[in-house]
Amino acid sequence: MSSRILSVEDINVYYGAIHAIKDVSFQVDEGEIVALIGANGAGKSTTLKTLSGLLRSQTGSIEFLGENIMHVPADKLVARGLAHVPEGRRVFAQMTVEENLQMGAYTRPASEIEPGLERVYTHFPRLQERRRQVAGTLSGGEQQMLAMGRALMSSPKLLMLDEPSMGLAPILIEQIFQIVKELHEAGTTILLVEQNAQMALSIASRAYVMETGNITITGTGDELLHNDEVRKAYLGG
Amino acid sequence: MTVFLQYLVNGLSMGSVYAIIALGYTMVYGIAKMLNFAHGDVIMIGAYISFCVTSYLGLPAVVSVLAAVVVCTVLGILIERLAYKPLRQAGPLAVLITAIGVSYFLQNAAQLIWGATPKNFTSIVSFQVPAFLKAYNVSAVSLVTVVACLVIMAALMWFTGKTKMGKAMRACSEDKAAAQLMGINVNRTISMTFAIGSALAAIAGVLLCSYSPVLQPTTGSMPGIKAFTAAVFGGIGSIPGAFVGGILLGIIEAMAQAYISTSLANSIVFAVLIVVLLVKPAGLFGKYVPEKV
Repeated sequence: MSSRILSVEDINVYYGAIHAIKDVSFQVDEGEIVALIGANGAGKSTTLKTLSGLLRSQTGSIEFLGENIMHVPADKLVARGLAHVPEGRRVFAQMTVEENLQMGAYTRPASEIEPGLERVYTHFPRLQERRRQVAGTLSGGEQQMLAMGRALMSSPKLLMLDEPSMGLAPILIEQIFQIVKELHEAGTTILLVEQNAQMALSIASRAYVMETGNITITGTGDELLHNDEVRKAYLGG
Repeated sequence: MTVFLQYLVNGLSMGSVYAIIALGYTMVYGIAKMLNFAHGDVIMIGAYISFCVTSYLGLPAVVSVLAAVVVCTVLGILIERLAYKPLRQAGPLAVLITAIGVSYFLQNAAQLIWGATPKNFTSIVSFQVPAFLKAYNVSAVSLVTVVACLVIMAALMWFTGKTKMGKAMRACSEDKAAAQLMGINVNRTISMTFAIGSALAAIAGVLLCSYSPVLQPTTGSMPGIKAFTAAVFGGIGSIPGAFVGGILLGIIEAMAQAYISTSLANSIVFAVLIVVLLVKPAGLFGKYVPEKV
């Protein structure tokens, strides 16, 4: 039996008067890839930001590894094993690739940095080639790899990826998803937010569809790939 | 030629004071993204503390500098905590106005405590300078100032480039939310920056008053504004920029005083700033980082 990593119950998030997340509940179990798909503005990124403490829910509960993390500040969650790769990568553009990765291990003891770098470089050989280069000069795909590598440096129990395919050429999207699959096979539990529903559902164990702040459809990746509504709305018929 | 070199020495030493102040400005701006206009007044407080410790308590100069550093560091952290932190989510104008308010508050507090009558500050350094240097107007203070400035810049470069805390500061300066996602405590990092900037201000205050011994509540404001100019000149946010900007500003000022007009020197300094900003809007060392998407 796999154990529950994340359990979200009835969270509600507001941006001023706008009710962005409405009574959202979902779960992630150990070893899963859970996808959160939906259109632009459906509330997927807001959900992730709420999980990582950058935004606050007014209600409900968020349990991570059995503990309520609703009121834990964002910078304390990393050490507990929750890593968030934000939308738009958000790498530190003026720092080198290796410095970015070191920042990823900010909460880890110094002795873990070297093995961490080695592990990241096996998944992302490109980053090793460019490790002395300033991150702002990397291509979009490389920046995405760096953002993911940086999150892996904290040895997370749950890796949350926000739109890893955004703005990338199809060949790079393939590569990034290949890596996501590899990370999963290496034992990382993943919560994946994607607009590219096709790609996301093809690797997801389970998926949730979000529409205007609500979760409307749930099922296994396969089920949703063949669900008529999902096909019409997100998979181009 | 000797006269020119004398002016150059004057410019270099005054420029080093500006550079030390500018380094504080730039550190705070780089991380907190705010212009701390009270920075110049922290300098003045530092000078008063040093003055009190030597004149009233009769303790050695080194102790007075340490006391000034400690008091200013605490003051800097307090100012940030009480005046700026509550405005973390507010617009930049609110913060700017608050900073101006803090500046007046410090000046008036100093006037209340120490009175408006200028104090006569005795230089904290007094050793014999070799005769050949003396010919070029090199004083003990100018030697100490230039060396202090170089040491401080090197230390800051090392700190931000090599240490974990320093790198975390750079990360915060680029992207606070992303830094938080790394586990970096942004509030503590900002506090730390204010502490460093204010400690530098204390040192600058003592050196400044060792040069021009008149200490009054407004002592810090003009050097503060000039150092701010120096920081912008060099590219605000950049440590080598603040250093080069400070030194250049000191030299330009000294040369303007010597060869053009003493009373116009300030105007010339600011005119040069305007020209530099017209040509290089980001300042001499201001970074334009191309970002690929």
